[in-house]
Amino acid sequence: MPEYQNIFNQVQVQGEPEMGMDNGRGLIGERVGKPFLNTWAGWIGNAQIGPIKLGFFGLTSLFTGTLWLNIIGINMLSQVDWSLSEFIRQLFWLALEPPSPEYGLSMPPLDDGGWYIIASFFLLISVMSWWVRTYLRAAELGMGKHICWAFAAAIWLFLVLGLFRPILMGSWSEAVPYGIFPHLDWTAAFSIRYGNLYYNPFHCLSIVFLYGSTLLFAMHAATILAVTRLGGDRELEQIIDRGTASERAALFWRWTMGFNATMEGIHRWAWWFAVLTPITGGIGILLTGTVVDNWFIWAQEHHFAPAYDGSYGYDAYQAEGQ
Amino acid sequence: MFRKPDWYESWAKANPIKSSGPLVLVGTVGVALIVAVGIVLLGNPYQTSTVQTGPRGIALGVIKIDASRTKDPTIEDYYTEEPWLPEEDEPLAGDIYENVQVLGHLTEGNFNRLMGAMSLWIAPEEGCAYCHGDGDVETYGEDTLYTKVVARTMIQMTQNINEGYPDHVGGAGVNCYTCHRGQAVPSGIWFSNTPVNANASGWSAVQNRATMNSEFTSLPSDALEKYLNDYNVIRVHDLESRVDNDGTASIQDTERTYSLMNYFSNALDVNCTFCHNTRAFYDLDQSAPQLGQAQLAIGMIQEMNLDYLTEIEDVLPANRLGPIHGDLPKVGCLTCHKGYNKPLNGLDMVTDWPELTTTEAEVTYE
Repeated sequence: MPEYQNIFNQVQVQGEPEMGMDNGRGLIGERVGKPFLNTWAGWIGNAQIGPIKLGFFGLTSLFTGTLWLNIIGINMLSQVDWSLSEFIRQLFWLALEPPSPEYGLSMPPLDDGGWYIIASFFLLISVMSWWVRTYLRAAELGMGKHICWAFAAAIWLFLVLGLFRPILMGSWSEAVPYGIFPHLDWTAAFSIRYGNLYYNPFHCLSIVFLYGSTLLFAMHAATILAVTRLGGDRELEQIIDRGTASERAALFWRWTMGFNATMEGIHRWAWWFAVLTPITGGIGILLTGTVVDNWFIWAQEHHFAPAYDGSYGYDAYQAEGQ
Repeated sequence: MFRKPDWYESWAKANPIKSSGPLVLVGTVGVALIVAVGIVLLGNPYQTSTVQTGPRGIALGVIKIDASRTKDPTIEDYYTEEPWLPEEDEPLAGDIYENVQVLGHLTEGNFNRLMGAMSLWIAPEEGCAYCHGDGDVETYGEDTLYTKVVARTMIQMTQNINEGYPDHVGGAGVNCYTCHRGQAVPSGIWFSNTPVNANASGWSAVQNRATMNSEFTSLPSDALEKYLNDYNVIRVHDLESRVDNDGTASIQDTERTYSLMNYFSNALDVNCTFCHNTRAFYDLDQSAPQLGQAQLAIGMIQEMNLDYLTEIEDVLPANRLGPIHGDLPKVGCLTCHKGYNKPLNGLDMVTDWPELTTTEAEVTYE
């Protein structure tokens, strides 16, 4: 009997492409691309590629997203004086930067953040269109809206970084640059400027949910793979009709740590941990510079950062040589 | 799932082997090999020790490494000579030579001793002629070569450093060799290179390129200009949990500060925690004493760049000026430190050269 595994499939289903069902109300309309089968894709998932349903919002999203990316790329190329080799050599260093601080919320010159504002406008339309798309596709397929609300949580963080916080701070210069290393510079400088973001409790929560998400993902995935040979990978069936796979998976965790999630509930655990990562992170960013200017001092005032016992600093250590 | 095949079980029963001997041998040799490779690649842990400079657990400390492993190779070529105790009625350099503006109060012997040492420190191949030209000794008083005029200013600068910044240069002090190391133009000097981006202005123009001045990061390339050749303020933090927004530093200012800190770090081959308690970068009370040393050094470098190197602006030839803007050469931490937290491993540079420790016309010889 051939084994069917969830990743690195040993068995692939290849035949006529699956075209899906029509509901008579345009479910299969507006699809582009002739579907084909790809063996490489089949090894890690479904071998069928396409068709893709774009529609108005899909096209809008792709079009504005492409504009955003090209504005960045052409600005970078312009910054290296149109030298392709320099563009490739410095690609990870280059960026499209937000305006200098003196322009506030006004429209700056194109070569000092103006293109950044234009590109950001297109990115906003692109991301929002893609969100609408995830909502509409789910509605058409009669699904719940869990995916688009989870995506909305990520969009919340995106909007805080690029729209809400810059407006509250009164300057587009607060936004994050579009560049590989430069956006990391921004991240480091943001923490340093506001007295160490590690003392921001919402940053703490975001880290808990982020690392918690990876832990839950690993625990759940490992559990399901471990009971696949007992039918555990048919999770939906196991939810409504608990079989030996669910029983063993539950017993494993209850005997290991005294508590177990359920076959259904583990997915709510995972969804909330994932969604709360950007939600709490976004709150933390939004409060920074608008409500709190120095998180370390804030944390001391709220008895959150520990004080050193006794004397500290170099005076206390000078006696020990040096 | 994974089962040993049947033939293996029967074969193993029929051919018993006592494997503990070879296993112990392979294990011992293997562990020894890993340890040996580790010591070769990572260094002997017993050759380092750390002096704690702050609360435990946060890496605030000075790492002491066995000097034989990190000896500055330029120490070998350092020339020094004890001062000659002035004899009574010994003639002064100012009386017997012409145009001795700074060192005229030295006795002839000590003056010539310093002149000889300077030629070895700065121009060991060209010798006296590098500053004084190819003429006879009678022409040595002339200021025809720019190198001589520069040397005069540099002597004054050296005297000022030793006199004005004893807390930074400590007991070691500095002389010409601290920067020059046998080269006419010291290594570790820097020139302005901003704007670094074409077709951009404002903050977009001065960052996001891998340059010498940005330590090859994407941080701003104008940090050295702003903080070491101007008086921009490094502090970016607010000292209360909530302050009025007016006057606080921007993210961009913070990135520039970060760029400067990268330069400090690489120039001295140290990490952030050499000076800072990183939970609160701004808090002097929690920092190591090295933070105060660095703050003194910033003032010292600003003085060197703005008060002394500007003096030689009119005499330097074009080939000694910056490649992009034709600006003056400027000094920074790297010019002296050259990748060591103590230049020349803390070698005493002034006990033999009291002439370079004071701007006064009185030198005390012992």
